[in-house]
Amino acid sequence: MSRKLFAYLLLLAIGLVAPFFVYPVLVMKVLCFALFACAFNLLLGYTGLLSFGHAAFFGTAAYVAAYAIKAWGFSPVLGLLAGAGASALLGWAFGSLAIRRQGIYFAMVTLALAQLMYFIFLQAPFTGGEDGLQGVPRGTLFGLIDLSRDLNLYYFVLAIFVSAFWLIHRTIHSPFGQILKAIRENEPRAISLGYDVAKYKLLVFVLSAALAGLAGATKVLVFKFATLTDAHWHSSGEVVLMTLIGGMGTVFGPLVGAGVVVSLENELADKVGSLVSVIMGAIFVICVLAFRRGIVGEISALYRRVLGQK
Amino acid sequence: MTDILAIPIPALMVNGSFYAMLSLGLAVIFGMLNIINFAHGALYMMGAFLAWMALEYLGIGYWPSLILVPLAVGLFGVVIERTMLRWLYKLDHLYGLLLTFGLALVIEGLFTNGYGVSGQPYSIPDDLSGGFNLGFMFLPHYRGWVIFASLAVCFATWFGIEKTRLGATLRAATENPQLTQAFGINVPLLVMLTYGFGAALAGFAGVLAAPVIQVSPLMGSHLIITVFAVVVIGGMGSILGSIITGLGLGVIEGLTNLLYPAASATVVFFIMVIVLMVKPAGLFGKEP
Repeated sequence: MSRKLFAYLLLLAIGLVAPFFVYPVLVMKVLCFALFACAFNLLLGYTGLLSFGHAAFFGTAAYVAAYAIKAWGFSPVLGLLAGAGASALLGWAFGSLAIRRQGIYFAMVTLALAQLMYFIFLQAPFTGGEDGLQGVPRGTLFGLIDLSRDLNLYYFVLAIFVSAFWLIHRTIHSPFGQILKAIRENEPRAISLGYDVAKYKLLVFVLSAALAGLAGATKVLVFKFATLTDAHWHSSGEVVLMTLIGGMGTVFGPLVGAGVVVSLENELADKVGSLVSVIMGAIFVICVLAFRRGIVGEISALYRRVLGQK
Repeated sequence: MTDILAIPIPALMVNGSFYAMLSLGLAVIFGMLNIINFAHGALYMMGAFLAWMALEYLGIGYWPSLILVPLAVGLFGVVIERTMLRWLYKLDHLYGLLLTFGLALVIEGLFTNGYGVSGQPYSIPDDLSGGFNLGFMFLPHYRGWVIFASLAVCFATWFGIEKTRLGATLRAATENPQLTQAFGINVPLLVMLTYGFGAALAGFAGVLAAPVIQVSPLMGSHLIITVFAVVVIGGMGSILGSIITGLGLGVIEGLTNLLYPAASATVVFFIMVIVLMVKPAGLFGKEP
């Protein structure tokens, strides 16, 4: 137990000093996508539901937060809450539709619903079409801390990430989380034990959507814009890839995966141009064929083998 | 209202015939391999692009392409099945979806890298350049041909699977692979050919589509998501069901485009929402 606590503290320490060694905006981007992937992992890794439309929540929250802050003059915190709240509502609507079908159909339904949202954002008058919403002010936190300074914003984003991560961690290790795992392992059995599986699925879907939304809204503060890219199916695929690379169903997997994918994209963008998506696709294929436990999953499997089946 | 009624259904069926062919391919592949082929859109795009490349670089015209390109895409499908998909049959369905998603990214990315995202024109073959004057409307020959060809291919597929001996073997292998194999039938070979056939069907649809729309690397990815919605609406249990759903939704989409163009991109998704609320198993589905 203490070893685990040590790992968490070490990570927190890394998070605290990171902006002095790496460009803060890049680390913030990693944190936003890590939160997105952690929220996604709650569904895929712990409940066994593959949502291929999580970009809808990420994008919706981004647009709502950007619009609320820019047009209505919301404070940053209120803007984040508005974004996450909108995503939770949308998650409730999508979730109650999608859980009517199982397995592979669930993935297709979520993907199609997300595409519906994409077209709505493309055509709606308040989203700025192809340009998106640009120039969203970062504002000041509680009227005291100026967030336009990268370092101030960094610690704010880190605080959001840590608290959301803690919430996810608590959820996974709660009785609720145990039931989710039971649904993942054997849904008919969970039903026969008397659990209202549909209710649990819907709840975790809404929670995941809200947290994905929080990630999208936070990203708006960092980059000061919301665009169609956030809601595109490529983003849905990206978050699946992050979770898969890092290791689905592990606590740290999505964090590691987000770090790998974001820094890879950052490295490759100006070197290979449009081949980025080829490389991402190839990583996808390799992960599925040879590497299904992901980085964290493989490491912990190795660790367990070295310690002798503990 | 009069001009709405005068709009001929055939003209609206062009999109529907692509939906029908692609959802048919998805259903055939899913039935046999238990895999949702996300790369289907990319294979369709590949079909169109290979036809364009054959004309551009080799001077091979439309009619030979209509035979050669599906064969090439089918062969590509066979290679994918042999080298990648076969390792996933014992795993959860979602890995098949993830792998083919990755493949779709790779294929699309390679073509984007080579040719950019703007469309390449592919002209209608000379034999089919005119049109019928039906009195109340003008139906270009080519569109009539697309509808005819796709209906013929769909019907042939249905006939082959439901009415022939090979189809019976195929259905037996879908139902119970172990038992079918025990009868001395080479099930892995059937699986390979099924995926190849599904890929060829997508390639054929691509060649048919090439003269109607601009050939672009991104033409498949949008279409495949709509086809997924079609498949959710129809359910993949029945061959005939997926053909009818595809055609019907194409017609509805075409009508929406005339009445209220802003909703034409989203109408299929809205119908999916309604179907999920009213009949969650899908129109032709048996189980959720």
